[in-house]
Amino acid sequence: MIITVTHYLVLAAILFSISVTGIFINRKNFILLLMCIELMLLSVNFNFIAFSRMHGDTLGQVFVFFILTVAAAEAAIGLAILVALFRARNSVNVDDSVSLRD
Amino acid sequence: MTISILFYLFSIILVLSSLGVILSRNPVYSALFLVLSFFQSAMLWMLMQAEFLSMVLVLVYVGAVMVLFLFVVMMIDIDIEVMKRSFAKYLLIGFVISLLVIFEIVNVLTLNYDSSNLSTQFDSFDKDYSNTKELGSVLYTEHVYAFELASVVLLLAIISAITLTMRKRPGLRTQTISNQVSVKSEDRIKLVDVKPSSYREEKK
Repeated sequence: MIITVTHYLVLAAILFSISVTGIFINRKNFILLLMCIELMLLSVNFNFIAFSRMHGDTLGQVFVFFILTVAAAEAAIGLAILVALFRARNSVNVDDSVSLRD
Repeated sequence: MTISILFYLFSIILVLSSLGVILSRNPVYSALFLVLSFFQSAMLWMLMQAEFLSMVLVLVYVGAVMVLFLFVVMMIDIDIEVMKRSFAKYLLIGFVISLLVIFEIVNVLTLNYDSSNLSTQFDSFDKDYSNTKELGSVLYTEHVYAFELASVVLLLAIISAITLTMRKRPGLRTQTISNQVSVKSEDRIKLVDVKPSSYREEKK
């Protein structure tokens, strides 16, 4: 049994669909939405690294490096917004933060 | 052979732990499952001989981002009852959407264009090959502007995270160093001439 690029692609696809499902079934909770976004970015990184190794080109890994940087910044800012939201509304339920829509 | 056994082991744990992230009732468990899935992904990247990124994933994600998540999860009071209600409500549509995504991706992957290319095995590198060196040699030459830009993004994240969570609390006792240094003796103590005789006279 030889591990090929397709194995990694299928694994990344499974991971991506799990995180999409997670966004749908946990859509009331802000924190779990952020975690599912992190999982999605991880599965995309799998594809980048697999193709980078397939073509023998390091550009894909450079891409993953920058994606990791931006994802870390995004997580920090998202959690800061979450803390500010919790102070203002005393809840992290997404339905409690629709005052702009109403 | 060993590599394929390891691949299946790591990927099974990865899929199970990511299912744990989305299905567990308690967000603390979700965060811990997310730590496990990041760790398994780092191991899988190591199997692809991307050592630098795998170490970065462990250091940055498991070490920093997930600790941040755990801090916030434990700091914030989460109503689990509301979560449970929404869980059953959206389970069906979530399942349908995930089936749709799997169907589409499988269609794309089994598309028969140049399929010999995708089923190639990774050629393993020599013993003295260094992934970190390779990555560094392109990162600091070709992509140096993007690298600088990444540092600006991180600085932006620091500043915005601090300003978003900083709050002014009224009535908080703080020190103002400049006022403390520039204080004079007249501000602190006031000498008053007291005439004891006049006091006694007033009493009478």
